[in-house]
Amino acid sequence: MNMTAIGEGANRAILARLQSRERQFFLKLAAPAILGIMIVVFLPILWLSSLSLFDAAGDWSTANYARVFQSPLYQKTFHVTFIISISVTAFCVLLGYPLCYWLSRLSPRTSGILMVFVLVPFWTAVLVRTYAWLVLLQRNGIINQGLVASGIIDEPLQLAHNLTGSIIGMVHVMLPFLVLPLYATMRAIDGDLVRAAIGLGSSPREAFWRIFFPMSLPGLFAGVILVFVLSLGFYVTPALLGGGRVQMLAQRIESTITIYANWGAASALGVILLVMALVLIWAANRVFGLDKLFVR
Amino acid sequence: MSDRYPSFCGHTLRAMAVALFCISTTSTPATAEEVVFASWGGAFQDALRSSMLDPAAEALDITISEDTTNGIQDVRAQISADSVVWDITEQALDVCVQLKNEGALEALDYTVISTDGIPEGLVDSHWIGLLNYSLVIGWRSDRFGDSGPQSWAEFWDIERFPGKRAMFGKVNHNLEAALMADGVAHSEVNAVLQSPGGMERAFGKLAELAPHVSVWYRGGSQAAQLLRDGEVDLIHIGNGRAESIIADGAPVAYTWNQATLDADCVLVPKGAPNREFAMKVINEMVSAESQARMAAAISYGPVNVTAFETGIVPADQAAKNNSAPENLATQVILDPNFYVENAQILQEQFDILVQQ
Repeated sequence: MNMTAIGEGANRAILARLQSRERQFFLKLAAPAILGIMIVVFLPILWLSSLSLFDAAGDWSTANYARVFQSPLYQKTFHVTFIISISVTAFCVLLGYPLCYWLSRLSPRTSGILMVFVLVPFWTAVLVRTYAWLVLLQRNGIINQGLVASGIIDEPLQLAHNLTGSIIGMVHVMLPFLVLPLYATMRAIDGDLVRAAIGLGSSPREAFWRIFFPMSLPGLFAGVILVFVLSLGFYVTPALLGGGRVQMLAQRIESTITIYANWGAASALGVILLVMALVLIWAANRVFGLDKLFVR
Repeated sequence: MSDRYPSFCGHTLRAMAVALFCISTTSTPATAEEVVFASWGGAFQDALRSSMLDPAAEALDITISEDTTNGIQDVRAQISADSVVWDITEQALDVCVQLKNEGALEALDYTVISTDGIPEGLVDSHWIGLLNYSLVIGWRSDRFGDSGPQSWAEFWDIERFPGKRAMFGKVNHNLEAALMADGVAHSEVNAVLQSPGGMERAFGKLAELAPHVSVWYRGGSQAAQLLRDGEVDLIHIGNGRAESIIADGAPVAYTWNQATLDADCVLVPKGAPNREFAMKVINEMVSAESQARMAAAISYGPVNVTAFETGIVPADQAAKNNSAPENLATQVILDPNFYVENAQILQEQFDILVQQ
């Protein structure tokens, strides 16, 4: 009795030592990467963030933040940024969820081939895709020409140079960010569970909503958060398809850098954007447990 | 170096940030015989190279390396990081004025640079005009023939000239156009704009048209694309851009009447590596011959008024040049000091107006 207890204690101590040695080993392995990220990501972000607390003369000041919260211009920008980000996320879910569901039910070979069609645009430069949309959407573009020629509409629709064009272009850019995590999650769902539910008397619809859908949620939330956060800071597509009238936060940051002689004015906007993104990720993690998605 | 930026974190970090910026640029460290020049890139910079830079390099027996700029923030970034790599850069006139106010420029050496033939308004202790351009009223001639809007009052008339409109996406040029639409004579525009209530009057008139403006374009290439593709019917467009799409066969016409003229300038950033030769290169660039070669190569206006007397600019091209005397007659020359003094309030008001 006594002997076994001592043996167990010794084993545990050895195990703990081995584990800690292994942890240190991996920490050392990761050290160059961690150091690299510290130097090229964290330190510059800290430096840029700290600039937001200084005015043009280099004195400590909260003026950069006061301006953002007082000016109607910035309020309008935040409003537009959220409207676009929410719309883009919603359309991505509406398009992406059925697509992923369909793909995940196909044989791995077929869905692998079809995934290429999702990934090829993902690998194409955003600028190229945005200009392609301009060609499609503008007044004499292919879509309007087709609709007018077929007699569906008399006057060309205003599809580009406004909010509509910006959202269409951004949904196209953002869709893969929703599809990839969602598809991975759906692939991992055991189809037998749904079949078992149906075998036990559930209707296919009920089996979907009560078995499949809840199990796909972590992937959906991961995709939603990715799309929403990326949309918040998006620049190219609204700048080119918004006709100058759609000005999101990233565009405001650019114009702020140009107008004001200090980095701080723009840095304050960047800090607010960063804080919003971090709060969203933190909240999503608290509510939906995103870690479940990444730790299997 | 520059006391306008907080200097609590040392120079190393800032140098690092800017080094990352500059890794992709083509400039190499300047030697005694090398001058680095930065402009807007593309076909425009190609024309500057053949008409101004190559002849200057040959005359001075030096190398002129090139880079491209996106505007004021590039100059500020180099200066605040203490790693200035450009000896000369071309910028918009109001940017030159602004950077001078920030103490970011080297004084120009007018014992080296000759200002003969250059109007007084384009010669400053710290910068000098390089070329000018006008934004004209342009239209699709398949829509309006030759009788498009001949003035801003007509451009504002959405019943007589129905169609999609595009205007420049910054406040410059728009306020002048609005005041002329409101009946101010071209010669009075700057005085009215800078008088009490002038700004409000201009913004009020601009607000009338704003809902009917389909696109506030970002730059010249976008303006050209909008008009060429028939995306808009009426536009406030750079004369050079309008000419180039007419040359491509697009049904487009324009008028010089009430055009708005602005200039680009060259400057030497504070701490530029080769200031001595920068002055010599600038002297070559603003000479009558160099300016005339530029005017012959692209449809921009020479700042040196004697360029038209060199015989280098063919008569038919001179007739299409925005600073030819007959074309200049009813144009408004933008006042950079007004835009620098009121930059923040002006751009903010304008952005509120155009934002959806």
